[in-house]
Amino acid sequence: MSENQIPMERHNYDVVVIGAGGAGLRAAVEAREAGLRVAIICKSLFGKAHTVMAEGGIAASMGNVNSSDNWMVHFRDTMRGGKFLNNYRMAELHAKESPERVWELEVWGALFDRTGEGKISQRNFGGHEYPRLAHVGDRTGLELIRTMQQRIVALQQKDKRETGSFESHLKVFAECTITEILKDGDQVTGAYGYWRETGNEILFEAPAVILATGGIGKSFKVTSNSWEGTGDGHALALKAGGKLVDMEFVQFHPTGMVWPPSVRGLLVTESVRGDGGVLTNSEGKRFMFNYIPEVFKDKYADNEAEADRWYKDQANNRRPPELLPRDEVARAINSEVKAGRGSPHGGVYLDVSKRLPADEIKRRLPSMWHQFKELADVDITEQPMEVGPTCHYVMGGIEVEPDTAAAVGVTGLFAAGEVAGGMHGSNRLGGNSLSDLLVFGRRAGLGAVEYLKKNPNRKTVSTESIKRAQERIEKPFTRSGGENPYLIHQELQDLTQSLVGIIRTKNELTEAIEKISQFRSRIEKVSVTGGRQFNPGFHLSLDLENMLLVSECIAKAALTREESRGGHTRDDFPKMDPNWRQYNLICDWNGKSISTTKQKLPMMPNELLSLFDPHELEKYFTKDEMTQVMASAGSR
Amino acid sequence: MARKIKLRIWRGSAKEGSLHDVEVDANEGEVVLDVIHRVQATKINDLAVRWNCKAGKCGSCSMEINGKPRLACMTQMANFEEGETITITPLRAFPVIKDLVTDVSFNYQKAMEVPAFEPPADLKPGQARMAQVDVDRSQEFRKCIECFLCQDTCHVIRDHEENKKKFAGPRFFIRLAELDMHPLDILRNRKKTAQEEHGLGMCNITKCCTEVCPEHIRITDNAIIPMKERVVDVKYDPVRWLGSKIRRREEIS
Amino acid sequence: MALTTGVFSSGRAELQERTLRTDRWWLQPLITVLVLLSFVVYATFRAFEGKNYFAEPLISPFYSPCLSTECVDGASLIGQPFGKIVLFGLTLSPALFILVFPLGFRLTCYYYRKAYYRSFWQSPPACAVAEPHKKYTGETRAPLILQNGHRWFFYIGLLFNILLTIDAVLAFRDAEKHWGHMSVGTLVLLANATLLWLYSASCHTCRHTIGGRLKNFSKHPVRYKAWTVVSKLNHYHPNFAWVSLFGVAFADLYVRLVAAGTITNFYFF
Repeated sequence: MSENQIPMERHNYDVVVIGAGGAGLRAAVEAREAGLRVAIICKSLFGKAHTVMAEGGIAASMGNVNSSDNWMVHFRDTMRGGKFLNNYRMAELHAKESPERVWELEVWGALFDRTGEGKISQRNFGGHEYPRLAHVGDRTGLELIRTMQQRIVALQQKDKRETGSFESHLKVFAECTITEILKDGDQVTGAYGYWRETGNEILFEAPAVILATGGIGKSFKVTSNSWEGTGDGHALALKAGGKLVDMEFVQFHPTGMVWPPSVRGLLVTESVRGDGGVLTNSEGKRFMFNYIPEVFKDKYADNEAEADRWYKDQANNRRPPELLPRDEVARAINSEVKAGRGSPHGGVYLDVSKRLPADEIKRRLPSMWHQFKELADVDITEQPMEVGPTCHYVMGGIEVEPDTAAAVGVTGLFAAGEVAGGMHGSNRLGGNSLSDLLVFGRRAGLGAVEYLKKNPNRKTVSTESIKRAQERIEKPFTRSGGENPYLIHQELQDLTQSLVGIIRTKNELTEAIEKISQFRSRIEKVSVTGGRQFNPGFHLSLDLENMLLVSECIAKAALTREESRGGHTRDDFPKMDPNWRQYNLICDWNGKSISTTKQKLPMMPNELLSLFDPHELEKYFTKDEMTQVMASAGSR
Repeated sequence: MARKIKLRIWRGSAKEGSLHDVEVDANEGEVVLDVIHRVQATKINDLAVRWNCKAGKCGSCSMEINGKPRLACMTQMANFEEGETITITPLRAFPVIKDLVTDVSFNYQKAMEVPAFEPPADLKPGQARMAQVDVDRSQEFRKCIECFLCQDTCHVIRDHEENKKKFAGPRFFIRLAELDMHPLDILRNRKKTAQEEHGLGMCNITKCCTEVCPEHIRITDNAIIPMKERVVDVKYDPVRWLGSKIRRREEIS
Repeated sequence: MALTTGVFSSGRAELQERTLRTDRWWLQPLITVLVLLSFVVYATFRAFEGKNYFAEPLISPFYSPCLSTECVDGASLIGQPFGKIVLFGLTLSPALFILVFPLGFRLTCYYYRKAYYRSFWQSPPACAVAEPHKKYTGETRAPLILQNGHRWFFYIGLLFNILLTIDAVLAFRDAEKHWGHMSVGTLVLLANATLLWLYSASCHTCRHTIGGRLKNFSKHPVRYKAWTVVSKLNHYHPNFAWVSLFGVAFADLYVRLVAAGTITNFYFF
């Protein structure tokens, strides 16, 4: 098959948004409302993005349930959850802007659960001091994606009234995969990819590209992510000259299903614990009381009586330790199972049936009830669930300018949502991801708008760059007798799961890095059977390269960071080290391999530092830093 | 405890196609999608199938299993008898693209034709107050995961291609109901257009949409019939019709 | 019969079978046809029979209210506005003046519509089973557009329910019209009236009228409460539809057997 025979479409837009999850759609809305012509590209059908899987809620300090909540408390919680490695500016913008983003959804037709006064109801979640998560039962992500999807349609209807066509200024390219960001020098000129349906190729000429491609979970074996989480955006940015930050931090959600095997890893929402679910081991003991880290001792109850009272009276009691941040709970479950106190299928028990009446469980957690009933034959209103850690989220991602979401190192490239890094530090709090999508999705859209205002001159896409992109897509078809992409994928997942998983050591990471380089040569020989039309084997063979790049970043960054913090646990360096808090690890790609470099974290400005009690900061900061902090506190 | 499963999978394109026999292992606790994936990884590498979350939340893996419209990720292998041959075909109401993948663009076209939510012009973010009882009904409809199984099973379009032009289908009847019952929506004439433009009157309430809904949304009882009654209010009820002529618009109560 | 539309349209997955369902999908419509047909046969026979519908104090629901001068003594509760009408040499039975109303209520009922569209009209016979018709316009034109008149039959149905309830109350008398007695017949008429009330109260139109038509429930707490009750009943509307149908037929049969002297109406007291 010669490449000349493959038809290629050519499109011209102001902004191309890659990814149609919460962040991508929010970015597209912002750019379109500013008058730009926008293309939205999604790998799946429109509205199927991984955002639909989010269950618990959107964190926003609206103070509807507890009026003491405000952006400063949210900011503090976020920084604590991320173990102070967060990009403070992103955390600040996020905490300040998320309430508005939630309210905006309501004006676009979202229907959140209500309080008695008719405001948006908010629920408790791990690491959040007050009830903060706007939610719709346990299907908040679906509400978000549908609202955004319908907002896009509303804008298309407006265009139809003005131009006679729904798609004149805003078009969704569904089931379309981007394989390359095209550039001239260090400036973006467009994007290249193929239609999954036909295998035909497609060129987007656009001066601004927004990456909102989500996560990387499919590099791991046990994951709550859908097939789309192959780290496409991470890889696209790396190859375009961008940088990835914090890639060693991968969140293992503490509660995924462990049985039956076919659903292993499927998410069990944190709301189960927020609504009173308790974790017990095979001895029936609530083990989380043994795992409260020093830094959280004054916020979490150390006995069952107080923990139980908290559900009724939150002002006078400390929170139950089941609601510790996710990294703590995941590690605790891992330890219990390793110590031989796990459930029959290698998890622990999560039980909400003793806390709430059956009807209430079905009302608050309807999809959990169905999920267990239909897939595991467990009635969660009567029986405990078996749960264990599952790869859920990558804190790391493309390094961006906080205010504009512009990718560092590539002009005209922007990134928002899970694919962007920095916001969550070493560990993300539940509920902060949906708000992240909206806050930084909008900012990425705005960033692109401002960028185009300042740089009205477009560069054209060069024929060489098109040719390169075409050759890469064509490659798997030109080879024969190579390996089966599905089997390589499974092997890669086994590798990352066992060597770069929740607990890491130097030896295993070194081994992983070595094996990953072997994979690279194997992937270059993958061949596919069948034609171009909707051929999943072909699609996977291209995705593999992305997963491999991401795995290499994770392994290398994890090897470099010699401490344990948030979503990165080193068995050989089990303690958090304040010296390491001063640095982010940056991953670069030179065309052959990934290199990691240390990059100093900027110090928080005084007005943010002053939101914390110095005694708390002591737990995270070095002595030198504390001297600096105290000096500036004294000068206030 | 793997057991051998006999499958008949439809393979082909818009031009032609047929059922192919495949034998494959199935393990305890697996669903049909697991088995299809095994076929894909070990027997037919280029077997086209749409899927995403494998958790019944995204509505991508819609297909027909033993003739019934279902989500492959929510159909347990344990439901089938030992030795039973399981027939798997693409959705039969939509044009096929390849193998188990169909062209569902009809649904996205219809989505664009439903006038968007319209709040009062002066509604400021954060000011909305809605009682839970007022949002309950629309929330049920917003559970929809857009798997389009209801659209696939609805005989109005499944059995009559020519009706597709004037019939929005159950998925969009619940959308119309959701908006008509939304406490903040003020767009008038949703009922009238439901009948005159979206083809509500074509529905003969035979309830197949409700039967196949994986989210257990009571599409017919809670959305379509209430909408039909609302249409009667504005179109076929002389008393109310007279009232609306005097007020010149659909009332909101 | 070669259809080229529907699942056999070009572009759709090429398959010869009108359905690939492996279960007994035809059983349900078959049962519906058989049961409905037997009811129709019985009801037609009884409606035209014109006798054995009244045995003091019991009156058959097919003949109440009895509005014709042809009605037997004591059967007419609210007068006899209709005189004797003879068509083709046959005197019209009093049942024929009224049966159109309960019949219309059931014919336009959302549940029965589903039942007979599926079973009699096979449109569709079962889910994902191709229907045999070339064209389909649903309820958009005459005569089926008249289904939208369901609510008028519902209102009239309520009047009938009241009258049949009165009939049941009147059955707390003996054959000499003395109050304070109760017979098997009393129970039969009571059960019939109760089932009819449940059928009406669980009806979709009732659900709409009582509260479903409101946009904001919170402004109408009483109607909301009523709506929730009716909504619960509405789940069982198909059950009430069938049971009340049997109830009416059985009440009529019981009265007929008593009136014809085949059995004696047993009095408890």
